[in-house]
Amino acid sequence: MSSSSRALVLNLYKVLLRESQKFNSYNYRTYAIRRVRDAFREKKNVGDVHEIQSLIHRARENLQIIQRQVTIGQLYTADKLIIESSGNQ
Amino acid sequence: MLCRAAVRGLLPAGSCRRVAAVRAAHMGQTDLHDEKSLEKPELRPLYMDVQATSPLDPRVLDRMLPYLVNYYGNPHSRTHAYGWESEKAMEKAREQVASLIGADPREIIFTSGATESNNVAIKGVARFYKSRKKHIITTQTEHKCVLDSCRSLEAEGFQVSYLPVQKNGLLDLKVLEKAIQPDTSLVSVMTVNNEIGVTQPVADIGYLCSSRKVFFHTDAAQAVGKIKLNVNQMKIDLMSISGHKIYGPKGVGALYVRRRPRIRLEPLISGGGQERGLRSGTVPTPLAVGIGAACEVSQQELEYDHKRISYLSQRLVKNIMNNIPEVVLNGDPEQRYPGCINLSFAYVEGESLLMALKDVALSSGSACTSASLEPSYVLRAIGADEDLAHSSIRFGIGRFTTEEEVDYTVNKCIQEVKRLREMSPLWEMVQDGIDLKSIQWTQH
Repeated sequence: MSSSSRALVLNLYKVLLRESQKFNSYNYRTYAIRRVRDAFREKKNVGDVHEIQSLIHRARENLQIIQRQVTIGQLYTADKLIIESSGNQ
Repeated sequence: MLCRAAVRGLLPAGSCRRVAAVRAAHMGQTDLHDEKSLEKPELRPLYMDVQATSPLDPRVLDRMLPYLVNYYGNPHSRTHAYGWESEKAMEKAREQVASLIGADPREIIFTSGATESNNVAIKGVARFYKSRKKHIITTQTEHKCVLDSCRSLEAEGFQVSYLPVQKNGLLDLKVLEKAIQPDTSLVSVMTVNNEIGVTQPVADIGYLCSSRKVFFHTDAAQAVGKIKLNVNQMKIDLMSISGHKIYGPKGVGALYVRRRPRIRLEPLISGGGQERGLRSGTVPTPLAVGIGAACEVSQQELEYDHKRISYLSQRLVKNIMNNIPEVVLNGDPEQRYPGCINLSFAYVEGESLLMALKDVALSSGSACTSASLEPSYVLRAIGADEDLAHSSIRFGIGRFTTEEEVDYTVNKCIQEVKRLREMSPLWEMVQDGIDLKSIQWTQH
């Protein structure tokens, strides 16, 4: 991976995690963070330029989904889960 | 809470005689909890009942929203762009559903849910071939909608065999083979059981049915998107799929109907002839898009989800079993979908445990029968003792379940089972070495 695309991927990773953190729902938030981490870890050794490009494209699509869904979650909130009270989060 | 107590109040005292005292003690305690909770902000219980329904995946909602807002055309309108764009979305959804089960998109029809799919499949096939074939085979552990469809066919003059299952919940192929008659039109066996999570040997059943020229229907509502299924490799002729069990929307399902060799059905709903005449009525585009997206996401995530759910499932079972004696895992320990765990806690009444575990949304069986205090017919069919059937709880683990939730549930469970057992005179007697089966209980 060239250094420029490496920086791009790292940046995408950070933004995805930052946006996932904003999910209001405990389950969506923890899932999004876990899924983003695991997906980047799983693909960290991909060397093929075309595959990297398509993965970047997918990550960008997912980022947009996360951003839209975070907004919706903030519009329609629910009470926190029992597990979020006792210093778990 | 109130609702449960009310339901209970209506029931005869005999049905809950054993734990009346336990329950009274417990209710007093929960009332105190309720008073305390008025001062604090409400906290919602954890959700561990994904077999009843699953939360909508945000990726699914994201695909659905445009069709709830701007693209509202009737997918069957052929004269304008509003219709065309909806039709295109509906057909894409059909491809996504088909792709998940290895079918052709033309073999998928959209329905209102797995209950309708099961009804159409069973009644539709039976009625179409009734002039020559009058026999149907199913099992005793099927979902209520399959059993009830069969019951209504019996009233129409069909003969139905409700096959028993083995102690592990699995159907014995030899029993099935013996039950097939020359006039058998359909065999209906579910893929994953909704209460105990066992997976029937669907491929073997499919091969047996196709060799005997009998149609094979499977209710795969709890299996699609969670385990790998291929209608051609498994020789499945009809398959019911549900939207809201795979993180899709409620109110939509699909039915796979094989085209080669062609399976004919008599439709249940007459009308405009949508869905190849098998299911009239406008297809709800947003819901169809939702089940399509849910299938696509499930296909992408199948391995990832399965690995994680297996891990969480093992963690739950191991930690409960290691910390509480006399817990029974209902159903085969190997042939199962790990996300559905049904445990019986001996000498603890399931309903009291559910009430004690009010911080966790759990169920003692299927949602359809959760209002009744009768022990589950599935557990009775696998030969569970009456008292063990009364003490069962189903734990559902899904895509969005976390380790913390599993650990919280396990800890609460250990704590409450111990507390309830300490209050139980039966448990005390067992500890003293008295065999409960030898006791002559007086009539209540």
